[in-house]
Amino acid sequence: MSARARLVLGLGSLAGLGALLVWAVGGLPDFGHPRGPYADLAPRIMLDERHVANAVTGITFDLRGFDTLGEELILFVAALGAAVLLRALRTEGTIEAAAAYEERRGPGTADALRALGAVLVGPTLLLGIYVVVHGALTPGGGFQGGVLLAGALLLVYAAGQVAAVERVRPVSLVEVADALGAAAYTLVALAGLVFGVAVMDNVLPYGTTGSLLSGGTVPVLSVAVGVEVTAGVTLILSEFVDQMLLRSRRED
Amino acid sequence: MLAYLVAVWLLLAGLYGVITSRHLVHLVLCLGVMQASTYVLLLAIGWRDGGAAPIYADIPPNTPVVDPVVQALTLTDVVVEATVVAVLLALTVQAHKRFGTSDPDALGALRG
Repeated sequence: MSARARLVLGLGSLAGLGALLVWAVGGLPDFGHPRGPYADLAPRIMLDERHVANAVTGITFDLRGFDTLGEELILFVAALGAAVLLRALRTEGTIEAAAAYEERRGPGTADALRALGAVLVGPTLLLGIYVVVHGALTPGGGFQGGVLLAGALLLVYAAGQVAAVERVRPVSLVEVADALGAAAYTLVALAGLVFGVAVMDNVLPYGTTGSLLSGGTVPVLSVAVGVEVTAGVTLILSEFVDQMLLRSRRED
Repeated sequence: MLAYLVAVWLLLAGLYGVITSRHLVHLVLCLGVMQASTYVLLLAIGWRDGGAAPIYADIPPNTPVVDPVVQALTLTDVVVEATVVAVLLALTVQAHKRFGTSDPDALGALRG
C-alpha cells in the first residue's frame, strides 16, 4: 500500500474511532464522582485493617498484591529480554575495549556538568532509599524509589564518567540482585500459603499506623520491588549505554 | 469531562503518529503517547471533587480522598509501558544493525 493510500485510510479510521470514543465518553461516570464502592472502601480497609497510611502502596502490595507479582515478573522478563537482544551481536568488540577507548578520547562534557552530576549522585541514592522504605507511609514505594536509584547510575553517565559507569556496574551483581528481588517477592507471596490461608495473605503483624514497619508484608514487598526495579532498570539502561559505546567507537 | 476528551485526543494523536511514522524510535514514542491516554483516563475516573490524596500521613482518617484503586492501576500501567518501551527499543537497535535502516516502510519483507 502506498504511503498516501495508507494516510487516507488511516485518517478515515481515526475519525471513525474518535467519533466512537467521544460517544463513549458520554457513558462514563460524572467527572469528580467516582462510581462503585471501592473508591470509599479501599482506603478504609488499608487504614483500619492493615494500618497502612499510603492507600496506593497498600493496594499495590496487599489488595492487588497478586497483580503486582505478575507486574514484577513482567519487569524481570523484560530486563532479561532487553539484555539478551542487545548482547546478541558482540562481534563488534568487547565493552571493556570500547569503554577504555572512550576514556582515552577524554571527556566530551563540560566541567560544570561533570561536577554537578558527581554531586547529585549521593543525594539521589539517599532519596531513592528513603522513597523505597517509606512506601507505606508517604508518597512513593518500591517502583518509584527503584527508578530513582537506577537514575543515580544515569547521572554518573551524564557526568561523562563512562568508564566509571562500567566499573560501578558489575553486571553479575546487578543480575543477581534482579533475580533476588523477583525471588523475594515470590517467596513472600508463597509465605501466605504456608503461614496463612492463601497466596499473598498478609501474614506479618500490622504494627502501628505511621511507624516504619506498619502494614505487615507491605514494606517488605516494597523493598523487594525496590531491589528488583533498581537492578532491572540498571541492567536495561547499561545495556543501551554499552550499545552507544560500541557505536561511537565504530563511527570514529 | 475535559479530562476524558484529553484521553481520547492522546490516543488519536499517538495512533496518528504510529500510522505515519518513518522511524522506529518515533513509532515507539508514539506508542508511549497512546498509552499515556490510559493514565489520564484511569486518573480521571478516580477523581473526586475536593478529594485529598489517598495518603493518611497528615490528614484526618475520615477525609474524603480520590480513588486509590485506579492510582494503583496507573502505577502498574506505567511500569508495563516502561518495560514494553525498553524491549521495543532493543528490537529497534537490532533491526538497525541488521538492516541498516530504521524506517518501518523499508523493513517490509521478513528475512531470516
